[in-house]
Amino acid sequence: MSYFAFLAEHGPTLLLGTVTTIKVLVCSTILYVIISMIFGLMRLSKNPLIQGIATVYIEFFRGTSLLVQLFWVYYVLPFFGLSLEAFVAGVVALGMNFGAYGAEIVRAGILAVPKGQWEAAHALNFSPSKRIKRIIVPQIFPIILPPAANLTVELLKATALVALVTVVDLTFEAKQINSITWLSAQCFGTALLIYYVMARFALVPFLRWLEVVAARKVGREKV
Amino acid sequence: MEMGFRWDFAYEILPQMLWATLNTIIAAGVGYAIALVVGLFFLLGQRTPSKIVNAINREIVEFIRSTPLLIQLFFVYFVLPQFGIKLSAWICGMITIGLHFGTYLSEVYRGALEGVSKTQWEACRALNFSTVYTYRKIVLPQAFPIAIPGMGNYLVGIFKDTPLLSTIGVAELFHAATAVGGYNYRYLEPYTMVGIIFLTLSIPAAMWVRKLESKVNIAQGKTKQ
Repeated sequence: MSYFAFLAEHGPTLLLGTVTTIKVLVCSTILYVIISMIFGLMRLSKNPLIQGIATVYIEFFRGTSLLVQLFWVYYVLPFFGLSLEAFVAGVVALGMNFGAYGAEIVRAGILAVPKGQWEAAHALNFSPSKRIKRIIVPQIFPIILPPAANLTVELLKATALVALVTVVDLTFEAKQINSITWLSAQCFGTALLIYYVMARFALVPFLRWLEVVAARKVGREKV
Repeated sequence: MEMGFRWDFAYEILPQMLWATLNTIIAAGVGYAIALVVGLFFLLGQRTPSKIVNAINREIVEFIRSTPLLIQLFFVYFVLPQFGIKLSAWICGMITIGLHFGTYLSEVYRGALEGVSKTQWEACRALNFSTVYTYRKIVLPQAFPIAIPGMGNYLVGIFKDTPLLSTIGVAELFHAATAVGGYNYRYLEPYTMVGIIFLTLSIPAAMWVRKLESKVNIAQGKTKQ
């Protein structure tokens, strides 16, 4: 069977799986961004209890394997009476895991804003909310976006794991087609190519564009 | 089915889990060793005088870095036999992990070499040191401490990615937990224990990496930050 015949027969299935992969990516990105902001801020709290909770969360999710967390959410939570749909379980596990990594990025980003900026905003008698909104946050984005972009590419790769808890994504379809046709080179090769194209020609350019926009907002030109 | 954590069951499967942990550690160690060497080759590929070789090398690194390790594992495991290369799951897993993380380590090496200031090279040339001598005595001793945190992080990273090997049937910790869980229809204890074992190994490892980092920095006459 030629490669084109293979694509004609199984291409649509793989594309359907790709759509699911994109859905998982978008949902878990939203979740991980929210979690990283919350825990990144908690990590900087002066209250030792809040800071402790954030530290435990971050160390826990960074210290264990994503696959273990995913299986725990999907197979073990039902023991506690909480059954999640495979898609939800996948998104929750990915979001919580990457949120822990993201929290560290947010924390470092906030710390990287020079102290003088806080002091200047204070001296100019800006209200606390205005200080954060107009002075600090716009300066954080150019700092955290490059590492956050790397993390998001890692997230795209990690979405492949949700196939192992029966989410019908690109990896799942590729595996399925492989077990029917045994054309392993074609189906896994195509899946690899699709992931590569998604990362290299869609996700990365989009994130670079975001970086440029964020840098321009604070008057820095990014090359 | 009995709800809640069953300590007796956990105790019963503990020896089995600990044996499997040994396999996980071996897998991570061997994978890391391969990745360290592969990283060197990718680094060399980046630094050849030929522009074409550099470009091809960069594209390969990009490709490996932006595709999921899971599918790479499937690819190596299922495709090589079609070309008559029959390898065991263990070897396939080690090769794939080595290749995948080798690309990351080559970036760590590159960053470390670029972290050594250019004036060091100029000084060595002024002193008429040979290139080999410059690398061995001047550049590498300065580059190594810069590389240590990154290298350590990827050791922990590989360790945390070893559960993926269970998908092609390597009998490591996660594989054992799934087998035990399937046999007894109880996943709570095995998977929880896997999590705890991972925590008890990776948190000290991460702390050790941090300690090593500051130690090397002090030895180099730099204090952290």
